[in-house]
Amino acid sequence: MNTLLFRTAAPLIVATMLVFSVYICLRGHNEPGGGFIGGLIAASAIAVYGMAAGVPAVRRALKLDPMAIAGAGVLLAGVSGLLSLFIEAPFLTSIWLYLDLGETVVPLSTPLFFDIGVYLTVFGTLSAVALALESDSEEDL
Amino acid sequence: MGLSLDASIALVAIAPFVAALLAPFIHSLAGRYSAWILALVPAGIFMLLIRLGETVIGGGTLTAAIDWVPAYGLTLGFFVDGLSLVFALTIAGVGTLILLYAGAYLRGHPHLGRFYAYILAFMGAMLGLVLADSMLALFLFWEATSVTSFLLIGFDHSRQAARRAAIQALVITNIGGMALLVGVILLQHVGGTWLLSELRDMGEVARGSGLYGVLLALFLLAAFTKSAQFPFHFWLPNAMEAPTPVSAFLHSATMVQAGVYLLLRMTPVLGGTPVWTGLLLGFGGVTLIWGALAALRETDLKQMLAQTTIGSLGLLVVLIGLATEAAIAGAVLYFIAHACYKAGLFMVAGAVDHGAGTREINALGGLADKMPVTFIGAALAVLSMLGLPLTLGYFAKEEMYLAVTGGDFGMLAVLLVLVIGNALLAGVGLIVMIRPFLGDVVETPKAVHEAPIAMLAGPILLGGVGVVLGLLPDWLGHDVLAQAGSAILGQGIESHLSLALDITSPLLWLSAITWLAAILVFQKGHVIRAVLRRFNAVLPSADRMFDLVMFGLIRFAAAVTRALHHGRLEYYLALLFMCLTLALFLPMLMLGGFDWMVPTADLGDWSKRLVLPALELHEWGVVLLAVLGLLAVLIAQSRLVAILSLGIQGTALALIFLLFGAPDLAFTQLMVEILSVVILTIVMTNLKLDARDHRPFEDWARDGTIAVVCGAGLSLLLMLVLSGTLDDRLAEFFTRTSVPIAHGANIVNVILVDYRGFDTLGEISVVIGAGIAILALLRRRKPGSEAR
Repeated sequence: MNTLLFRTAAPLIVATMLVFSVYICLRGHNEPGGGFIGGLIAASAIAVYGMAAGVPAVRRALKLDPMAIAGAGVLLAGVSGLLSLFIEAPFLTSIWLYLDLGETVVPLSTPLFFDIGVYLTVFGTLSAVALALESDSEEDL
Repeated sequence: MGLSLDASIALVAIAPFVAALLAPFIHSLAGRYSAWILALVPAGIFMLLIRLGETVIGGGTLTAAIDWVPAYGLTLGFFVDGLSLVFALTIAGVGTLILLYAGAYLRGHPHLGRFYAYILAFMGAMLGLVLADSMLALFLFWEATSVTSFLLIGFDHSRQAARRAAIQALVITNIGGMALLVGVILLQHVGGTWLLSELRDMGEVARGSGLYGVLLALFLLAAFTKSAQFPFHFWLPNAMEAPTPVSAFLHSATMVQAGVYLLLRMTPVLGGTPVWTGLLLGFGGVTLIWGALAALRETDLKQMLAQTTIGSLGLLVVLIGLATEAAIAGAVLYFIAHACYKAGLFMVAGAVDHGAGTREINALGGLADKMPVTFIGAALAVLSMLGLPLTLGYFAKEEMYLAVTGGDFGMLAVLLVLVIGNALLAGVGLIVMIRPFLGDVVETPKAVHEAPIAMLAGPILLGGVGVVLGLLPDWLGHDVLAQAGSAILGQGIESHLSLALDITSPLLWLSAITWLAAILVFQKGHVIRAVLRRFNAVLPSADRMFDLVMFGLIRFAAAVTRALHHGRLEYYLALLFMCLTLALFLPMLMLGGFDWMVPTADLGDWSKRLVLPALELHEWGVVLLAVLGLLAVLIAQSRLVAILSLGIQGTALALIFLLFGAPDLAFTQLMVEILSVVILTIVMTNLKLDARDHRPFEDWARDGTIAVVCGAGLSLLLMLVLSGTLDDRLAEFFTRTSVPIAHGANIVNVILVDYRGFDTLGEISVVIGAGIAILALLRRRKPGSEAR
């Protein structure tokens, strides 16, 4: 696996995949994509980087424990659903807010945050599993 | 008092729980005065109930309801009639004295605050139980009493015996709890209402229903387990492991009386039939004699009292079984009298233990000089227990004898059982009163001293109540019996209680016989004990049976676990896929999914039906790719090639999704394929498996069969689903509303994050849960991997 070619190309591939995953996640509401698939792409990127650079390097680069990221994702999704309680609507009712920035209108919504929560959950969980499997030594776990 | 009646009822049911929450804090603030402060709660409830009683005596019943789950028509309803008032007043009154007693008895105990919390919560559950209108609320409080009594019995949790007794009580009473749950649901089904106040007038419906037998069995099982009827009696003496205040409360006026309450409550609904009478007389009679004899066998004061409680419960069940006016009057009076004298006697037993250091009657004697007030309390209680004139117990006994005299031969047998039972119980009462207190002074472990006032208030007051109520027959008849009777029988009970002793009345002669027999029992107590112990040694004990059953249950659970959780991955997988096959084929078989296979007349020529689907060239290419991938999996020699080939097949599937207009699905499928290949490869290398997959022919055949059958089932299911007409209303709805109301053009994503957001939230929770489980497994494997 650890060929020179792979190790050199891996950072480029990983960076592209990560950016692409965010793009896929954000555009998901209107075009093919979404948080789940975005999370899968990002997790694949992490798995690839783990093979190329070794698990410790990936963990250093991630800064946060992947399971913590996953937990934050579930929390974010849940909290985004709770926001609707402020307008006395049932749990998970979507709220839309159009931010007018002069040149363009940015639509913000609770489903967007919900989708980001899904992204983080899938990304975090699968990365954690992949890294745990890839690590050879015990201290990485 | 400006409280509305509704608020009063709700307060009665809720206040103890609030007090229970606050009790530990109050205890740490007020220290030794906390019992006096906390006793204000049941005392206040008692006063409130007295005030409610005025309305009930005026001929009404009070109801209060809080909407619980309005969607299902469930309300947390309370109602007060004569029956619930008698029970609630007894619970609150005895509860007040118990709290005071406990404060002194357990002084300095490190967990006293916790104890207050438990016993107040228990009291709240009991009050809720007897005040509940909705049967579901009744069940809830019923279970709450089981749980809180578990905590109380196991209060001394460092002792193994206490833990065992607590678990035993919980198991036995929960068997009844389950029966009660099914029973109330069935009764609602039959009667059409959850409300006891409405069911009361619908007895004909329940008794005429085809489910009557089942209903009766369920309710009797609930009542018999709770009220320690034979053969479920054994948990009650074991529950004496609890601190004495708990025993005094649970086994006099509460817990075990919940079953009696349920039977009384069900009398107008299920009672009065020959089956009802037969069963209650049978079980109650056996329990009465059994409990009374067991009491004579014991020498520990508390154990003796516990066994007499079993006997008294049997007596109450017999009276309820008779269900005549006099019998119900006797039951109500006996319940009040028993609650007073039994709670008092338990407290006396605790005071003796506290003052002299032992509860063994053979090691006690002549305590009356040193503990005069305790002795007076014991004497007052036993007077009522004997049923001497001018006490409440007298009227209770008169009524029960009245209920069974003048009947046929069967009634004579019941009368005989009642007289023998009463005489035995009264004999035990005499032993409890006389042996420790009178006669020669015996050296005791502690220097004998009188108990503190908080421990004396209970026996004296309760004993006093037993006598004072006996002096007020008119009030008893009109304000208690008439009200309780109308609640139980649907008609008021004519009062014929009188202080006058009629020498010509056979009832008085029966009483006299009972007293004489009791004195005989007292005189020959040690002989009877010796005989009973010899018998007991050969009898199988229900207590040991319980242990055997529990042990068997654990063994069985272990065997099932070993059978299912054997640690062989290949068998897990085989089992999983066999279950999947069953899940696929059974519904298809039952719903007629194979009907199309049956040849019909217009079968025609098969060759004409088999036509190649019209696919484009590139579509054929994709199908070919999938088939090739599949074949490669089958013929691959090395595992790695097989995993990669599976990936090829999956990728082809993703391409098919893409071609047929499901880009989201294709995307996801592709990523899942990539990740599966990566993860499978890593797992394979980590497991250090042989690079090649060798399996014996049997395994190969087994796995192959399961795989083929499972695949065939899935394909059939898909074909069946597609051959029917799809209901596209939902799809049409999503297409139409996705942009206007959900602001998104990608329907798949909109469904995931908006329409069915709740499902997705559940799914990501499952994802993270599975992730945590996988990490835990991997972590477990690593340190142990070298040890193996």
